[in-house]
Amino acid sequence: MSKVNMLIVGVGGQGSLLTSRIVGNLALEEGYDVKLSEVHGMAQRGGSVVTHIRYGEKVNAPIVEVGDADIIVSFEKLEALRYVHYLKEDGVLIVNSQEIDPMSVIVGLDKYPDNIIDQLEEGVKNLIVMNALDEARGIGNIKVVNTILLGALSKYLEFDKEKWIEAIKKTVPEKTVDINLKAFNRGLEISLSDVEELIS
Amino acid sequence: MSERILMLGNEAIARGAYEAGVTVTVAYPGTPSTEITENVAKYDEIYAEWAPNEKVALEVGIGSSIAGARTLVCMKHVGVNVAADPLFTVAYSGVNGGLVLVVADDPGMHSSQNEQDTKFFARAAHIPLLEPSSSMEAKEFVKKAFELSEAFDTPVIVRLTTRISHSQGIISLMDRQEMPLKNYEKDFQKYVMMPAMARKRHTIVEDRMNRLEVEASNLGINEVEYKNKKIGVITSGIPYQYVKDAVPEASVLKLGILHPLPKDLILEFCKNVEEVYVVEELEPIIEEQIKSWGINVKGKELFTKQGEYSANLIKKVIGKENVETRGPLPLPARPPVMCPGCPHRGVYYVLQKLKIHATGDIGCYTLGALPPLQGIDTCICMGASVSMVHGVEKARGKEFVKNWVGVIGDSTFVHSGITGLVNTVYNQGISTVLILDNRTTGMTGHQDHPGTGKTLKGEPTHTLDFELLCKSVGIKHVRSVDPFNLKEVESVIKEEVNREEPSVIIACAPCELLDKKTKRILSNINQDECKTCGICMKIGCPAIQKKQGVIQVNDALCNGCGLCIEVCAFDVINREKDSVVNY
Repeated sequence: MSKVNMLIVGVGGQGSLLTSRIVGNLALEEGYDVKLSEVHGMAQRGGSVVTHIRYGEKVNAPIVEVGDADIIVSFEKLEALRYVHYLKEDGVLIVNSQEIDPMSVIVGLDKYPDNIIDQLEEGVKNLIVMNALDEARGIGNIKVVNTILLGALSKYLEFDKEKWIEAIKKTVPEKTVDINLKAFNRGLEISLSDVEELIS
Repeated sequence: MSERILMLGNEAIARGAYEAGVTVTVAYPGTPSTEITENVAKYDEIYAEWAPNEKVALEVGIGSSIAGARTLVCMKHVGVNVAADPLFTVAYSGVNGGLVLVVADDPGMHSSQNEQDTKFFARAAHIPLLEPSSSMEAKEFVKKAFELSEAFDTPVIVRLTTRISHSQGIISLMDRQEMPLKNYEKDFQKYVMMPAMARKRHTIVEDRMNRLEVEASNLGINEVEYKNKKIGVITSGIPYQYVKDAVPEASVLKLGILHPLPKDLILEFCKNVEEVYVVEELEPIIEEQIKSWGINVKGKELFTKQGEYSANLIKKVIGKENVETRGPLPLPARPPVMCPGCPHRGVYYVLQKLKIHATGDIGCYTLGALPPLQGIDTCICMGASVSMVHGVEKARGKEFVKNWVGVIGDSTFVHSGITGLVNTVYNQGISTVLILDNRTTGMTGHQDHPGTGKTLKGEPTHTLDFELLCKSVGIKHVRSVDPFNLKEVESVIKEEVNREEPSVIIACAPCELLDKKTKRILSNINQDECKTCGICMKIGCPAIQKKQGVIQVNDALCNGCGLCIEVCAFDVINREKDSVVNY
């Protein structure tokens, strides 16, 4: 790909920022121009968060335009629907089916949409849905949700598996390396089993 | 080749300060500026400190500069309002060691109470202003700003916006240039701004700006790229990047200095292209100046003064492209909320239960304004809660204020709550102030302050004792409560709001996110006995959800604070022995 536009979205506190930094650094190491843009601060915890990642030979704006994302990774189901209009027609959407109710839903002012996956399926050609939270639980630590999603994402980016593993080893606390690598492999496995090659 | 790494614009500013030989940095944290100072602090060569507020930060910086050190002061746009007083006068006195003020504006108000434009301050205070358009430029412009500051004997502002501050781009690292301290010489004509001296300095300020205006075109930080000469765009900062993506065929003048404007360069550019657009986020400050020279440029009649721009917006306006984009779907909004386990939650629950109004302030606890807690009535600026509740009393009398409190955080109290409290005591007010003390500056990401006992560099230091402080300014009734003990919070608030004397209640428990080591046992709802009365949902904890009519504790979010156990009227929530928060 000449230029990759990507969004990582989720709920503040889920670790999407850290995940995007890993991707950014891999692209840098591969010799690309890279820009990442995040909005944090007030949206630190519990709010909707989005990180834009762009890499290629030359990148100008740090943000991805609506309708221009090659890949969106969503750490939470509702957030996938919130940002799906950023996706290109033939883009890939990876969704963690975990549900986190916004406060408006908790207090009964709003309803958490119950047909999110159906809605996504309608408009998205390349959709991968996984219950990364349950997978993480199965592996033994709910904190590795983001590494499972990273594993799923790795299928669609051109970086060698060894590079991903190296990046994870560099980023996570030493005592959690093994469980994170397990999570990465599980994520990759799920995305491999789900669909055939989507991006040429 | 030097090392290339990805850096946030804010990190790049810090690196620029390091490379420029800065030895002193002072700031108050404020999104999106905070990471500048946090990253500066990592360099052993630079002394860095958090000041209690931006005014103090700039004053410390001015002292340091006059003493001969290259000095960096950082803040967000609203911080400049606080620092405006010394800012306007340091423009008169000038500097000794270079003095650079980095200000991060927030178009779109991602985490701010307004979206003011710092370019106004630069013009109003007669201070040069530079604006980078990438991380790499952020680093280089800081170095340039220090050169200008010393060459023209002036403070210099470097303006960032959120998309520069919080975007990562590639930068190449260069070596630090050590700057020996400049000699300090006593010079009351320069540094004592009493009327006789200040009048003379005002002439110098005008002269300096005139010289800068001539130089502005030759600073090497403005770039002209001629392509198709039908369309010319004058822009700066992050909008430059959108212009490059949106209309790659256009000729572009990218301004590095926005005050004073490089007039010669702009005049020449306008002569060489047919149609000129000015693309600047927020206020039309560049545009109006160019128009004042009798040049016809297009700007705010086509572009908004509100929020952030994008490549699509510019494509539509300049490229006249019919960009069809799908909009977002109507979905439940997800604004930030107080974290599960947050110590502020219980206090707001009690305020709501007692139907007590609160003047509020800036910090995590502002998030308690929305349902279900609806814990505060107002939020204007830092420190305002304390003064405003006093104002409420003076407007409507002592009886009226008996169901009001002012609510302020610990860092904000030190920032500018103390003076309000002094005022209340002095003017014989009776209002009650609640200090929600979570032992950190929470919302900006856990910065230390005079109440935490640690400096920015992580050294132990004196811990400001709020209780003693409040007593010493004349508050006789200072009470401390545990915010997780709702009964205690309730009885103390009832007592203090009814007292016809000023009082302070300090609700102290550390921010949930500070302590990641303690393993706490999660809450669990006994489904057989739960009456689904929904009281536990009124505390506004994100970990408590109702799914298919059943109220559950979401174990992926619960931090085991136990507040829900305390509010449950039927005693059906308990600790789940087997589930431990696992970090």
